[in-house]
Amino acid sequence: MSVKDTVIQIIAEQAVLDVEDVTPNSTLDSLGIDSMGLVESIFAIEEAFDISVPFNANDPSASEFDISSVASIVAAVEKLVADQS
Amino acid sequence: MKRVVITGAGTINALGHNVPQTLAAMREGACGIGPLEIRDVDRLGVQIGGQVHGYDEHTHFNRQQIVLYDRFTQFTLLAAKEAIGQSGLTFAGELAARAGVILGTAGGGVNTWDDNYRSVYEDGKNRVHPFVVPKLMNNAAASHVSMEYNLKGASFTVATACASSNHAMGQAYMMIRSGIGDVMVTGGSESMLCFGGVKAWEGLRVMSKDVCRPFSANRNGMVQGEGAAVFVFEEYEHARTRNANILAEVIGFAMTSDASDIVMPSKQGAARAIEGALKDGHIAKERVGYINAHGTGTAANDKTECAAVADVFGAHADNLMISSTKSMHGHLIGGTGAVELLACIMALRDGVIAPTIGYDEPDPECALDIVPNVARDAEVDVVVSNAFAFGGLNAVLALGKV
Repeated sequence: MSVKDTVIQIIAEQAVLDVEDVTPNSTLDSLGIDSMGLVESIFAIEEAFDISVPFNANDPSASEFDISSVASIVAAVEKLVADQS
Repeated sequence: MKRVVITGAGTINALGHNVPQTLAAMREGACGIGPLEIRDVDRLGVQIGGQVHGYDEHTHFNRQQIVLYDRFTQFTLLAAKEAIGQSGLTFAGELAARAGVILGTAGGGVNTWDDNYRSVYEDGKNRVHPFVVPKLMNNAAASHVSMEYNLKGASFTVATACASSNHAMGQAYMMIRSGIGDVMVTGGSESMLCFGGVKAWEGLRVMSKDVCRPFSANRNGMVQGEGAAVFVFEEYEHARTRNANILAEVIGFAMTSDASDIVMPSKQGAARAIEGALKDGHIAKERVGYINAHGTGTAANDKTECAAVADVFGAHADNLMISSTKSMHGHLIGGTGAVELLACIMALRDGVIAPTIGYDEPDPECALDIVPNVARDAEVDVVVSNAFAFGGLNAVLALGKV
């Protein structure tokens, strides 16, 4: 499974939606994922890819990890996975 | 001062998954203690407990809830559902603002601590789930009950080891009595039957490896249990106005501190708490027909408790009944007083005194009527529930008929 598919699966599970309903343009807000859901999603991403995501819940916008859309999250995860290998 | 009555009760423990099952088991003198079914039980010296069996969290809670609910919180929510359901109350507007939840637990989310320590120490993982802290905190159960039922008044969790529930219920009683609130959801919960939880208790060497026999000369220690019991305490006029079904009235409460030893109980501290509860409720000693004992099945507790009861009641100590239901459901630590209050309510309402099971040899130092092995029919007017914690913190409640 690609990074994109895995991330979408994680986000869909968190939002209790079908994967088809999670598009690259979706925002977490539009999917109904709150701050708790976001932290849980990041944990699931870290577990799935065995990476460490630089994210501080105190000030998400200041983090290097861009969570503005599903596409930005996928891109950030792809970069982290690439950097690691 | 306002009067306080109980209008709802709920529980899940080794004897049953609700109040009717639990009371039926107490009447039958059933034993909920048996072999522990937990991970790594073969590495434990103590392999028995009053475990809740036939329980699958997935039948009660969804995945998102389970991520946040430790077992002690799950037990609390199930007990609260039964209790609040029985009370018939819904909380909105002014009533919500004047309703709270005060619960006792000694360890809180012990299973969550245990699972995650195992994960980082034994499995070598370097990250844990983000909700570990909100799942394990001692007030998690109280907070989830407040959220589930919209209880917006005074809410908190009390931790006084084995007296936690009695301290919590006493606090709820005092709050309604003094007019701070109209309804308090109260009781307690504990779930430390996991490898780390039992291993810690083993270290004290006060645990029985086979059976819990409070007051019996051949007793050999306490047995841990798990579960929860929750009650709805309500201001009397509030309950009467809405024609609520009143289970019992809380008529007295006292707490004392031994100020002497971190584990050894004190006769004086226990006696002062019992005496204090009677004085608080202006209760003549002769009116007390039944005492639900702390009765842990340890030599230290049972002798001290019997001596304290003898001191307080004098000649009447020989007329009253005193039993330890821990022999059946085990010692629920911070939740124990709550489950034991069910036996007190049964005594008042149904005229059935729950027995002390496992009893087979009289101990001259516990020469009271401990209702051995078989439940007894008896009309009682006032009942008392004892809880004496490690650390010397004692809390005693008195209940009466309305």
